[in-house]
Amino acid sequence: MLMLDKALKGSPRYWVWLLCLLCVIAAGFCFYLRQLDLGLGITGLSRDVSWGLYIAQFTFFVGVAASAVMVVLPYYLHSEKQFARITILGEFLAIAAVIMCILFIFVDLGQPARVLNIIFYPSPRSLMFWDMISLSGYLLLNAVIAFTTLRAEREASPAPEWIKILALISIPWAISIHTVTAFLYSGLAGRSFWLTAILAPRFLASAFSSGPALLILLCLVLGKVAGYRVADDAIRKLAIIMTYAMAINVFFVLVEAFTVFYAAIPEHTEHFKYLYLLGGGHNLAPWMWVSALCAIAALVILFTPAWRRALLPVACILVFVSLWLEKGLGLIVGGFVPSPLGLVTHYAPTLPEWGIVAGIWAVGAFLITVFYKIVLSVREELES
Amino acid sequence: MRDRIWIFAGLAVFVAALTCPAWDALANAKASSKPPNLVLPANEKECVAPAGTMRAAHMKMLIQWREDVVRSGDRRFVAFNGKVYEKSLTRTCLGCHNKQQFCDRCHEYSGVSGPYCWNCHNDPQAVARSTP
Amino acid sequence: MKITRKHFLRLSGLSLLAAGCKQAVRPATQPVSAAGNASQQPIHWGMVIDLGKCREKEGCKACIHACNAAHNVPQIADRAHEVKWLWTETFGTVFPSAQNNFAPQRDAAAMVPLLCNHCADPPCTRVCPTQATWKRDDGIVMMDWHRCIGCRYCVAACPYGSRSFNFEDPRPSIASINPDFPTRTKGVVEKCNFCEERLARGLKPACVDACPQHVFTFGDLADTDSEPRQLLRERFAVQREPELGTGPSVSYLV
Repeated sequence: MLMLDKALKGSPRYWVWLLCLLCVIAAGFCFYLRQLDLGLGITGLSRDVSWGLYIAQFTFFVGVAASAVMVVLPYYLHSEKQFARITILGEFLAIAAVIMCILFIFVDLGQPARVLNIIFYPSPRSLMFWDMISLSGYLLLNAVIAFTTLRAEREASPAPEWIKILALISIPWAISIHTVTAFLYSGLAGRSFWLTAILAPRFLASAFSSGPALLILLCLVLGKVAGYRVADDAIRKLAIIMTYAMAINVFFVLVEAFTVFYAAIPEHTEHFKYLYLLGGGHNLAPWMWVSALCAIAALVILFTPAWRRALLPVACILVFVSLWLEKGLGLIVGGFVPSPLGLVTHYAPTLPEWGIVAGIWAVGAFLITVFYKIVLSVREELES
Repeated sequence: MRDRIWIFAGLAVFVAALTCPAWDALANAKASSKPPNLVLPANEKECVAPAGTMRAAHMKMLIQWREDVVRSGDRRFVAFNGKVYEKSLTRTCLGCHNKQQFCDRCHEYSGVSGPYCWNCHNDPQAVARSTP
Repeated sequence: MKITRKHFLRLSGLSLLAAGCKQAVRPATQPVSAAGNASQQPIHWGMVIDLGKCREKEGCKACIHACNAAHNVPQIADRAHEVKWLWTETFGTVFPSAQNNFAPQRDAAAMVPLLCNHCADPPCTRVCPTQATWKRDDGIVMMDWHRCIGCRYCVAACPYGSRSFNFEDPRPSIASINPDFPTRTKGVVEKCNFCEERLARGLKPACVDACPQHVFTFGDLADTDSEPRQLLRERFAVQREPELGTGPSVSYLV
């Protein structure tokens, strides 16, 4: 079913790459053992900023996972045939992203051995309970769809009929995983930075730009490294989806800024000032401006058709970096500073924290490599 | 048979791994086949349940006590002999038993790697020893 | 006996359904446990803090020391990792909306004791994914340190900043352990518990007993004749962020 044998034959470059990733994973694991031993105090977290890089990365990669819907929808719902070779790549990206999300949550827990308590003592009033259900369901859905369609392809037989139903279910499910994640934050009365209805739409818009950005980059890498050509038309359409989504995301951020600064309620403006006013020890502000500039540069490139075609990889990198900084760092920390009592506590991830995060990124990269190798091997086998 | 060396090496690793509990026991000074020398409390003759029950199920009883006290606020325990006790590891159990001379000895003998209860719950005698 | 796959699946499905129905029906058929004190109002523990009396003894920290000693609250040097159940902040910080723009509010610099408000509708218990924190029938928002997975969702949800997470093993930072109350372990969240273990023994909370100025008035808010209720009738009291709808059980006499 998993066709793992396909991942065991590869060029030396493939094995060296996997070995490098394994080293990073091992290093991350060692840092994690230290965290298990000493506690979360080895991170940059504090009593005031109790969620940081781990949860921010979880939030960002849930978005990447949800973005698989952007390739599943055109192919399964609208029968856009040019998406044929890219849909499976999107589904595997979703699987790797969800596994990364689960790992990010796990390393953030103070008592990870008790994680099953979420299942033993279900709490339907808690958004985290629903997040666990929706993420696990999404992982299962994508795993079944991806491996079944690939296996059917390998055996040169049509995919079973029920796959189409599952794929159609995965479309609203993808929307739901990121909406539930947004609700984790937007339902908290005490955190005025997050207490906004536009948080869920903002999350979706940034998901549908950062996900396709990564997917396009992965397709281009596959083309260069393994000669796997995805239809140019699919890449073009995906780039347009990314453009619209990024534009909407920037619009949402500006809409938020207007509401906050025009109404000028001090409790609300404080968070934005912390994130964007340079100086005063605001260590995140320079990065938020980098994010903003990358977003503007990306949109300039994407809105110019000639540049969108020629500079697509650059635009994708700019989109990804911009949204990683905004959502993978600024959004979470900004909610905690200033604290409910108005106190400012700066947050900066420590080396062990980066080490663990890098280890989980490496796990994601490892999974993507193995999955894509399987896809490529199956396709090569068919073409020969 | 050029794989002979790999086969024997693999077999050696396998046998070593299979027998490692035995090596571990030999290396570990604490483990011994002698039953533990348990020091019983001087002041009380009966526990909150018969000795046989306690030996078999004291952990189950402690978990039940934990749920009762923490989640239901129910601290009153009526023992099999009609006596009333407070459901408390530190005050009731360790009020009679000496942790080092009783609890730890059996746990070490049977290889129970220290229940993590002690991470939080206090041993009053240890606290008294460490207080200047 | 030959049985087709379809027949077998249908039989298994029906059996599972029947077993499931039995489980669902059983609690409904059990006799309802005695209503008990249906006529009695359930207790609602609450507290009124007299800031005027507190201001009379500047720099006093008797309540904080008593709480820390009774509950083995660690004193951690690194402010980022501090654990506090009962602590003080300035009046201006605690009640930022009670300011005017023309002159510093009188007593804005005076210290105000802060603790968990044991809200009537707590956001923290709503978000806990394991119900490791929940609201008891007597109004106390309780912590179960055996079940807490340390996800810190409750810390994010509390609008008052009343909760602390154990970033490190607390035991080295406890000067003298009170054997009567457990310490906690790294990786769990803790906060004021209204001294529920003392209430169970018929005692008042440690801070209430320790205060030399009788700043804290603790009692049953559901009982109209209780001390806190009398105070709330006679004096002007404020709560922290009442507009959030959390329904704090702690009020401050300004």
